Amino acid sequence: MKRPADTVSEHELHAFVDGELDAQRRSEVQAWLALHPEAAARVADYRRIEDRLHLRFDPVLAQPVTVPPELYRAPARRALRVALLAALALVSGALGWHLKGRVGGEGGGLPELAELVQPAAFAHLVYTTDTRYPVEIPASEQASLNRWVSQRMHTDLRAPDLAAQGLRLIGGRLLPSTNRMAAQFMYENAQGDRLTLYIRRIADYAGLSNFRYREQKGLHMFYWIEQAMGYAVVGEQPPAQLIGVANAVHLAMQAEKHSQ
Amino acid sequence: MRRHADQLVECIPRLRRYACALLHDRQQAEDLLQDTLARALERLSLWRRGTDMRAWLFTIMHNLHVNECRRGARRPDTVSLHQSALAEPCAGSRADQQAALHDIETGLMSLPEEQRSVLLLVSLEGLSYRQTAKVLGIKTGTVMSRLHRGRERLRVSLNGEAQPPSPHLRRIK
Repeated sequence: MKRPADTVSEHELHAFVDGELDAQRRSEVQAWLALHPEAAARVADYRRIEDRLHLRFDPVLAQPVTVPPELYRAPARRALRVALLAALALVSGALGWHLKGRVGGEGGGLPELAELVQPAAFAHLVYTTDTRYPVEIPASEQASLNRWVSQRMHTDLRAPDLAAQGLRLIGGRLLPSTNRMAAQFMYENAQGDRLTLYIRRIADYAGLSNFRYREQKGLHMFYWIEQAMGYAVVGEQPPAQLIGVANAVHLAMQAEKHSQ
Repeated sequence: MRRHADQLVECIPRLRRYACALLHDRQQAEDLLQDTLARALERLSLWRRGTDMRAWLFTIMHNLHVNECRRGARRPDTVSLHQSALAEPCAGSRADQQAALHDIETGLMSLPEEQRSVLLLVSLEGLSYRQTAKVLGIKTGTVMSRLHRGRERLRVSLNGEAQPPSPHLRRIK
């Protein structure tokens, strides 16, 4: 053990707690503390304060950040700003997943997790990894894909064109869901990374017209509910890219509704 | 630009944690966070590469908060504890732990704001004294004395009794 310091100032005691001392002084203070139990108790108290601050406020880290949908309907000249604001819809997802409704969940039990987020993630994992039959109807038969999906889901639905996002449509499929059918459209970028868009009918939940973000085991997802339809954009791409896709899908779906 | 945005996005949860701890009132904290992000986006091109973006964002947040306080729009010290709409600390934590967390919150809010912000930046957000000084626009020595006063006050209130500092310690004024 190093030779204890002759004297330790109050400021040094704090600096010791906060890791602001160099290695030599740190070990001197450490040795001095062993001889001065009162000061050592203060150090322990300071550390306890820090622990409690973390216990109290760390759950805030898991709250999702939502972005008002108006931002996505901003004039084109604000496009860059909008894109950046859109990127803010991210949350550090590691905690968010298991905290469910406990933290920051306006929706209470967050039923959309079971009805939209999880099936979308599951369908993504199952079909993007299928090398032989990733889709049921390929993009080469897009017209019949759109017709089939629209008929079975009882709404006009077509695979949005995401060429501006560097994505090529591979095709799509229908999936069973608890409320009629769900549709999955699959896309691919130039590097061969796949991305899926999952759509299903779903009850409107208050406050869910904003984009929400989830991350689960390396899978990123933006989802939202609008006019009783739930949408989820799923992929392993960085969130900043996915949000651009989510934005484009949102705009395309709105344009389609207005044209109906 | 995209990489800057990614970095900005990564900072959001911690900015929000700081705002929640500083202001106590969830809505006010959320407003401060959103104002900070809007201001940061306007100025993203001014952020100097290679510097710590989180410290830069905390600086923006601090300046906005000070301006708001000056205008009287946010008065953190007048918010009653019952108005706290923060999520419950931890699902399933024990009752005595809950009580301890309630105590730390009460103690924190009883600190003068200049001490609270220093304590939170150092102890909760893990900023160095130098970074904290830069964020708050004060000297490093001021950071240290505010930190000392804040911690001592909190320690005494948490221990429930006044404990004189050890006689072995050299007092610093």
